[in-house]
Amino acid sequence: MIENIIMLIKQYWHVFLLEGLRYTLILSAIAVFFGVLFGAFIAFGRMSDIRPFKKINKNKKKKGFIHWLANFNPVSWLCSVYTEVIRGTPLLLQLYLFVFGLPKVIPIEADYFFWVSLALACNSAAYVSELFRSGIQAVDKGQSEAARSLGMNKSQTMLKVIMPQAIKNILPAIGNEFIAIVKETSMASTFFVGELMTSYLKVNGVEYLALEILIIVGAIYLALTFTLSKIVLAYERRLNSK
Amino acid sequence: MIKTVDLYKSFGELQVLKGINEHIAPQEVVSIIGPSGGGKSTFLRCLNMLETPDSGQIFFEGVDITSEKVDIDLHRQKMGMVFQHFNVFPHLSVLENVTLAPTVVKKIAKNEAAEQAMELLNRVGLAEKANESATSLSGGQKQRLAIVRALAMEPDVMLFDEPTSALDPEMVGEVLEVIKDLVKGGMTSVIVTHEMGFAKEVSDRVVFMDGGIIAEEGTPDEVFNNPQNPRTKDFLSKVLY
Ligand SMILES: Nc1ncnc2c1ncn2[C@@H]1O[C@H](COP(=O)(O)OP(=O)(O)OP(=O)(O)O)[C@@H](O)[C@H]1O
Ligand SMILES: [Mg+2]
Repeated sequence: MIENIIMLIKQYWHVFLLEGLRYTLILSAIAVFFGVLFGAFIAFGRMSDIRPFKKINKNKKKKGFIHWLANFNPVSWLCSVYTEVIRGTPLLLQLYLFVFGLPKVIPIEADYFFWVSLALACNSAAYVSELFRSGIQAVDKGQSEAARSLGMNKSQTMLKVIMPQAIKNILPAIGNEFIAIVKETSMASTFFVGELMTSYLKVNGVEYLALEILIIVGAIYLALTFTLSKIVLAYERRLNSK
Repeated sequence: MIKTVDLYKSFGELQVLKGINEHIAPQEVVSIIGPSGGGKSTFLRCLNMLETPDSGQIFFEGVDITSEKVDIDLHRQKMGMVFQHFNVFPHLSVLENVTLAPTVVKKIAKNEAAEQAMELLNRVGLAEKANESATSLSGGQKQRLAIVRALAMEPDVMLFDEPTSALDPEMVGEVLEVIKDLVKGGMTSVIVTHEMGFAKEVSDRVVFMDGGIIAEEGTPDEVFNNPQNPRTKDFLSKVLY
């Protein structure tokens, strides 16, 4: 078996590293980058204070339909529905939906790689939005009260007081999300987009050495996630020592 | 300067303020005392609309700030607030804690704001700490910083919510000194406190709140030495002896 592994590495290293590892990293980076971007929007949407029917509760009722409607925030509602749907359905189903379903309604010419990236980003956004939300909510309420009592408005408070503190909770969590995504990109191999798991399929199609190839691919995943988690840990340590 | 008319506030089923009518005159120093849960903090937090009252009005310098048309941020600049737990900004230096609001809200130039901040920090003995992180301060220093942070906005009135309750006993004095100085300088102040000696000394008027109403009010002499309401008597007998 050892000989087989050495042979495979010698003969296919470029498939594993230059193609597999590279695409895994590219996919993960795209997913997390746009995931953070969309996720931030969703988080702020959920925490927004948009109540179009605020005015109807003239006599400030505290119960019933009028009270409910007056406090109804459609943006927040949509964002939380989105998060629930993404988190409540399998990633594989979402990948199928984006690759086979969406092109039927969104008429753009794009390859599998594009749709897979988009699916991963939209999936990641739901999780990242929760990271943003909990990171922000973990900041002591007294902080925003102090800022508001000084006359700072909501966005000034968010930008200058809450976010600088929340980011210290959020960044390590996004690092961990990146690690999770690295592993999840393996599902993209269903569509043969070239990442590490696809390189297993390719090489195995020629060599029929499933165990050996899986050991190699697994070792690459492990090296990657291990390195990344060490980086996240070092960063967390640095934050806590300050 | 501040006038409240028939202020009501509930949290869910719990009615916390049951019709508060109060008038705080310019340069007046009003202490609010009373048992825990009586609504003191809630009342104080209504004054700058950190809590929104269910009904009633609050007039600040003639403007009804409970009205939805009012830009509350504008009025809050004129009302400084000091919290029990200091709430200094931990991600900023001592100096930046003070300059943040003037630069962000009033758009004052950084160096100008810093100059003014240093003057204020000097007044409370924190000038040497200016460039240290706010988290490195002791409790008493944090509270002095919080007071100066509020003063940097040049407020017309200061609201204090138990400014010394979270302090170790040996640090209470230094904070009370700062408040005393401020009050002597003519700063209109509303002070929720459990420090009866302090309330007696600095107040023009003492308000006793219990069960969501103002049960009694008067000069410190009237309230402390000759309380009329049995609930005031009961409360004072518990805290004074
Ligand atoms: N945000 C809130 N949500 C629900 N209940 C609240 C809230 N804030 C205050 N309360 C309740 O309202 C009542 C009055 O609270 P408040 O803080 O005004 O009392 P207090 O007189 O300041 O008491 P203390 O001396 O303990 O500070 C208490 O029973 C408290 O539990
Ligand atoms: Mg209180």
